[in-house]
Amino acid sequence: MHDLLIAPFADFGFMKRALVACLCLSLGGSSIGVFLILRRMSLMGDALAHALLPGAALGFLLGGLSLPAMSLGGFLAGIMTALVSGAIARFTSMREDASFAAAYLTALALGVLIVSLRGSAVDLMNILFGAILAVDNQAMFLIGGTTTLTLVGLAAIYRPLVVECFNPGFLAAMGVRGAFYHYLFLGLAVLNMVAAFQALGTLMALGLMLLPAVAASFWSREVWSMTAIAAPMAFLSGAIGLLVSFHAGLPSGPVIVLVASLFFLGSLLFGSRASVRARLSRPVHLRG
Amino acid sequence: MRALHCRHAVALHVVGAVKAALKLVDLTVSYDRHPAVHHVSAEIPAAEMTALVGPNGAGKSSLLKAMMGLAPRIEGRIECSARRIAYLPQQAEIDRSFPISVLDTVLLGRWSRFGAFGKANKADVHDAHHAIDSVGLGGFERRPIDTLSVGQFQRVLFARLLLQDADLVLLDEPFAAIDAKTVTDLMDVIRRWRSEQRTVIAVLHDLDQVRRDFPNSLLMARELVASGPTVGVLSSENLLRARAMAEAWDEHAGACEMPLRQSA
Repeated sequence: MHDLLIAPFADFGFMKRALVACLCLSLGGSSIGVFLILRRMSLMGDALAHALLPGAALGFLLGGLSLPAMSLGGFLAGIMTALVSGAIARFTSMREDASFAAAYLTALALGVLIVSLRGSAVDLMNILFGAILAVDNQAMFLIGGTTTLTLVGLAAIYRPLVVECFNPGFLAAMGVRGAFYHYLFLGLAVLNMVAAFQALGTLMALGLMLLPAVAASFWSREVWSMTAIAAPMAFLSGAIGLLVSFHAGLPSGPVIVLVASLFFLGSLLFGSRASVRARLSRPVHLRG
Repeated sequence: MRALHCRHAVALHVVGAVKAALKLVDLTVSYDRHPAVHHVSAEIPAAEMTALVGPNGAGKSSLLKAMMGLAPRIEGRIECSARRIAYLPQQAEIDRSFPISVLDTVLLGRWSRFGAFGKANKADVHDAHHAIDSVGLGGFERRPIDTLSVGQFQRVLFARLLLQDADLVLLDEPFAAIDAKTVTDLMDVIRRWRSEQRTVIAVLHDLDQVRRDFPNSLLMARELVASGPTVGVLSSENLLRARAMAEAWDEHAGACEMPLRQSA
């Protein structure tokens, strides 16, 4: 038992760092994920994560496999995509989801092209799918800093963000620019994707944010309790995923996301509200 | 965050014996150059209940939005003496599946006091409970809003309006799809506002209700048809004229030739 669960983390520094990285990403990312769902932006979040690729690739082209260059590039690309898609949606009659899709397809193609200019297929795989076991101290600082900023930032803009989700017209009537908080939130979301992409890759950066948040929505229905359920689920997905990938010699990113998918599947089937079980059980209705 | 004040605040206008809460001066509100409200001039008396009446697409909602300063493009002027305005939009603009409790929703009415970052104090919470009681929803404080019926949710929004403590209250179709009992209860709230010297403007489609409860009316069909005491405004000639104007709307109209009058 000890060999199976504890020893890998006790004996290997890279496993320790990976575990701490998972803890940080779970704390910050799951709260972002909950808001993404509540804003009905899950797919837009996914598009945003893909859009990091050309920026990260450009950073890779200029600085090689350097974390600061690739992270900065990814962050700028993500912010640009969010701003440009938002602007397109506002100035034309195109809906925001369509403009996000257009932007991210462009970005993905551009990113793959840029990496193929110089890198090998291995580099491309690293950027697309991440390498959580290669998380070094520099990456730890980025991930830890992002989590701190995310939690503090979300706490600060919590109220306007909630009202912006639920009743944007009221916020406007109060003379508050809701779009400002919307973009602050998107900025935090992009930051979390950048922090996650080193570990999980741009294609799966959102997995650890979104899957636990979706799973949590089958158990509770308040912003705070959904986050409180999603964060431990995300961390458990990370820990279990790391152990499985360690023992079975599988790539860590996909395994972690698949474990999160299992949590999602379990919640979908057995959750306490709106789940398959809740639908099938048909409890006797109340008298009044 | 700044408290909500009327964007065009000027001193009270004295029109005859009646003080005007709002004065519309040659007001045009347009979307993509199509006017929703076209050259409307009218005065709305203070501390009075005014019904805003007209066919669908007559620009009633746009007029309320313009009063709130939320319309994208207006020409002409709105002069307003209100210190603070509360606005109830149509329900479609609210995500009713959002996980938020009745109490939290009502407390938002105090936004102009605590803003985005301030704390709701004991008095706010006490007032919120009181407002929830007075719209007949006592005991519902902890309920998430997605468990409420349409009528109950409208009561929640009225409780939030109560907390806003505004001297001008704008209601956009407050009684659409609401049952008679709820309408009666909410009308009591509106009458109480009037007795507290607040001005109420409501978009309504039930003309019997307007005749019964609203002493003052403004009938429009993009352009003003009539405004003043309800008895005169809702005459059959005026209503016929409003309907005829609505049927004559031309969606491919050219530029408006009418010069913008220099208003006094």
